[in-house]
Amino acid sequence: MILTVASGKGGTGKTTIAASLAVAIADEFPLYLDCDVEAPNAHIFLSPEFTQTQRVNQLVPSIDETRCDGCGRCAEVCQYHAIVVLGDKVLVFPELCHGCGSCTLQCPQRAIEEVPNVLGLLEAGTAREGIRFARGVLEIGQPMAVPIIRALKRWGPFGDIDTVIRDAPPGVSCPVVETMSGADFVLLVTEPTPFGLHDLHLAVQLAGELGLPVGVVVNREGIGDGRVDEYCRSVNIPVLLRIPFSERIGRALARGENLVEVLPEYLPLFRGLYVDIRSRLIEREGMR
Amino acid sequence: MYKMKLAFTLKTRADNPSLERRFGRCPYFLIVDTDSGKRGIMENPALQSQHGAGTQAAQFLVEEGVEAVISGDIGPNAYSVLDAAGVRMYSATEKPVENLLSDFQDGNLRRATPRGGRGRGRRR
Repeated sequence: MILTVASGKGGTGKTTIAASLAVAIADEFPLYLDCDVEAPNAHIFLSPEFTQTQRVNQLVPSIDETRCDGCGRCAEVCQYHAIVVLGDKVLVFPELCHGCGSCTLQCPQRAIEEVPNVLGLLEAGTAREGIRFARGVLEIGQPMAVPIIRALKRWGPFGDIDTVIRDAPPGVSCPVVETMSGADFVLLVTEPTPFGLHDLHLAVQLAGELGLPVGVVVNREGIGDGRVDEYCRSVNIPVLLRIPFSERIGRALARGENLVEVLPEYLPLFRGLYVDIRSRLIEREGMR
Repeated sequence: MYKMKLAFTLKTRADNPSLERRFGRCPYFLIVDTDSGKRGIMENPALQSQHGAGTQAAQFLVEEGVEAVISGDIGPNAYSVLDAAGVRMYSATEKPVENLLSDFQDGNLRRATPRGGRGRGRRR
């Protein structure tokens, strides 16, 4: 089972929930993927020891000026406007390049060579209680997160894994689409505030576009109002878990402690969350 | 008085329009030939581009033979292209273009400076 933990709104507790769930089901030896490659932070709560790394490169064009005759074909075929030809000058903008290779294939003079541009790094290792952990880290200055997330999803440092928890970045843009794509279930973490509701609605729509079943975790229950619950009822989305707004939890998280370790009474609730999602998926499979 | 082909970035194609401060995503360009006095409004081909609007709009103006651009903030990618092509860039406020044209002719416009960071024409 591949479970993506996403939210829409940032700071609702995706990593708190995902890391607690990982600890609660440690006996399943889950793989935890921190897909928030722009600001990965799940390592704080799971303390993995990284033993394997892999670079993520993208091939970008490099122009051989002795061969180039300035025909402009490369700029013409580039859908991303990453190449501009001005007379005999060719300007390449690697950060606009998506690595499609069209320019290289189309160059009549064979004046383009593809060179690797480092986009980021993948790291993997074992975290506490046998949890397998991997994350992507975007190279500083690189704007594109999606290729890193895609590489992280395909990377197999641990071989076949039954249970994968993907910790998504905030928002509903391309990196989140990539983190949700191919998952079996999307767990949306929200808070009962107008902002939480607004972004939950966007995240539900995204999961719907991708055809994925969703469940909601209401975090910081007790603040805000009841509109998140009303919304979930009206669109028939189950609220699978509620975490109260509590100073004790806030203090523990600020110290980098895992929720279920500070409040072990939550362990069975997270275990139950996992069992609940599993049975919903089995039921869904049966209905097909 | 400078004599050259100018491009202003426009919000609309109405009479005496105001300057659009975005370069790559401006809806229109007003092209003015200060020598002959000829004028024309062109659509910005990069307006609806998914990616790299700045570099695309800049290449378009270079191909049109524009020698100076009057806009607001020109992003770093577009700046590199225009700079490499020897196009002069001026940074102005959202005034009516007629006022900006006389400011230009009086030598009262500020040359644009390269902005730090990266362009917006990227996938997120």
